[in-house]
Amino acid sequence: MSDVLAVAEHRRGDLRPISHELITAGRELADATGGELHVAVISGDVEAFADSLNREGVDAIHTITDGEEFNHDLTVESLDALWSALDASYLVAPNSVNGLDYVPAIAQRLDLPLVTDAIGLSLEDGLEVTRERYGSKVETTVAVADDAGAVVSVRDGEWPPAEGVGDATVESFDPGVDESAIHSTVTGFQEVGAGDVDISEADFVVSIGRGIEEEENLELIERLVDATGATLAASRPVVDNEWLPKNRQVGQSGKTVTPDIYIAIGISGAVQHVAGMKGAETIVAINTDPDAPIFDIADYGIVGDLFEVVPALIEEFGGETA
Amino acid sequence: MQILVTVKEVGQLGDEVVIEDGEIAESALEYDLNEWDEYALESAVQLSEAYDDVEVVTATIGPERSDETIRMALAKGADRAVRIWDDALTADGAGDETPADGLLDTRVRVELLSAIVEREEPDLVLSGVQSADAAFASTGVALAEEIDDAWAAVVNDLEVDPDAGTASVHRELEGGIEELTDVPLPAVLTIQTGINEPRYASLRGIRQAQSKELTVLDLDDLGIGTDAVTGALETTALYEPETTSDATIWEGDAESTAGELAAFLRDSGVIEG
Ligand SMILES: Cc1cc2nc3c(=O)[nH]c(=O)nc-3n(C[C@H](O)[C@H](O)[C@H](O)COP(=O)(O)OP(=O)(O)OC[C@H]3O[C@@H](n4cnc5c(N)ncnc54)[C@H](O)[C@@H]3O)c2cc1C
Ligand SMILES: Nc1ncnc2c1ncn2[C@@H]1O[C@H](COP(=O)(O)O)[C@@H](O)[C@H]1O
Repeated sequence: MSDVLAVAEHRRGDLRPISHELITAGRELADATGGELHVAVISGDVEAFADSLNREGVDAIHTITDGEEFNHDLTVESLDALWSALDASYLVAPNSVNGLDYVPAIAQRLDLPLVTDAIGLSLEDGLEVTRERYGSKVETTVAVADDAGAVVSVRDGEWPPAEGVGDATVESFDPGVDESAIHSTVTGFQEVGAGDVDISEADFVVSIGRGIEEEENLELIERLVDATGATLAASRPVVDNEWLPKNRQVGQSGKTVTPDIYIAIGISGAVQHVAGMKGAETIVAINTDPDAPIFDIADYGIVGDLFEVVPALIEEFGGETA
Repeated sequence: MQILVTVKEVGQLGDEVVIEDGEIAESALEYDLNEWDEYALESAVQLSEAYDDVEVVTATIGPERSDETIRMALAKGADRAVRIWDDALTADGAGDETPADGLLDTRVRVELLSAIVEREEPDLVLSGVQSADAAFASTGVALAEEIDDAWAAVVNDLEVDPDAGTASVHRELEGGIEELTDVPLPAVLTIQTGINEPRYASLRGIRQAQSKELTVLDLDDLGIGTDAVTGALETTALYEPETTSDATIWEGDAESTAGELAAFLRDSGVIEG
């Protein structure tokens, strides 16, 4: 019997959806051994959060009232204290940006093996985690030795959110965190990516990725956009290179778009990109690599060289040819 | 001030995935400096240009093959390099260049890198957010916890005040929001792509890199036993994911596929006129 502790996530007053997905993933692990599922929620309006986290399958919710917003030092200290008070074997946490900021530290603190970005879990002869390598092109299973337990971070969108209303006990936990243990100070938040266009409002998006190779080549895509009336967007490397401004970036750290049609050109389909465009009604991919993960979510595809396909497309619409 | 930059040589997949004995065949990989570490290195070099007496040292766990990548880092402005390798870290335990599964365990990478930190005592450690191949995205923050440094993960803006002993960073959260955070030094920061514009190595830099110090250390040198690098994780399968695609693929040359796409766009009504 192994208990599981899942750690909820919230930001600026709202629970993030991964919190309810973690309950499903955590329950799965707990069920495999007949253990209990505990949920921890740290900082902010923990009582309201606890209400929302009390879904079917949760046995206990531990609220920690210190702090308002996420702070990794407070989180690590709190989880360390809570872990000692419980008798759990597995800690499941979000593979979010804030997850990246505390999960490796709590695993190190507890001296537990860490497997990040899980997309599948099984517990037959010990824990086995499915995860990806090489930007989704290869999948692996990783087995965790012995039964010492583990810390697992979970990719968002892979488990359905837990539903229903549970009958968990809700208890306040005082981790007794000493102020001297808090090293980093959050001084504020800043929204980025404002500007002339809002790609999230567009019905028809043409998005360009690293396949464009050089800044000069962007002109080709601009001619396509002019000929079709599409809105121009991009994957991260194009924006990192400052070939396009930040407000054109689609993905986890950029914008979420939901157009009728999204044409991904020279974009591999990394999970952080897909996070921002999987809600498009129809997805078209143009890529030289038939195994590019973008084809897994595309409705239509062209396996081909953008430097041949795009000029032909411009010609179709009577656009300016080079 | 001393800055330690962790740099990893990663294998990058081409269009063809070749799997042999449950691992990607070496022939299917091209080796390069991890994209995220490229930005971490640039941040360090920029700091060394902005302030007096900054030494930039790179730290790598990797086989001899990595030296080429490390020399590139030296060519771009790092002052010297440390590389850790040992037969105990290889898949066959006898010097093969494939890393052992032990290195999948973050605690093992931390054990090795913290031994370098102990020798070098850097004021700042810069690592990448993640490695492009294994993608654990865990090394920097776990290292910080181990060596009792402050830290910040996914940093896309960095200002260091060496006199005050602080780093002011932006952490790039989801959805176009950045968290502004102050971190006291010594600290470990994991650097996100786009924070700067990594330079190309100059010919002069490449020439100079040849004579810069590259120290290779094994477990004995670090006083680490083989038990400490065994790790608790084992890769039990590695495969190309089954495609879940039900996409319609338009076949043919560029003209005909573009024609199909154009017809589809016209039918869909998104094209005006
Ligand atoms: C915390 C975090 C947040 C991130 N946030 C984002 C985000 O918001 N948005 C985002 O996009 N990424 C984000 N990323 C980065 C993401 O992981 C990928 O690195 C990135 O999406 C890759 O962009 P790409 O597909 O353009 O490039 P690559 O992965 O390099 O793919 C290029 C593609 O172009 C194809 N290609 C090459 N030449 C041609 C040609 N001539 N014709 C046609 N096709 C060609 C190749 O086959 C390949 O599939 C984030 C990463 C992290 C760790
Ligand atoms: N073998 C290694 N040698 C040097 N640095 C590494 C190594 N593995 C990981 N790192 C560092 O840790 C970061 C995150 O890697 P990972 O946790 O493996 O995703 C990388 O960007 C590197 O800076």
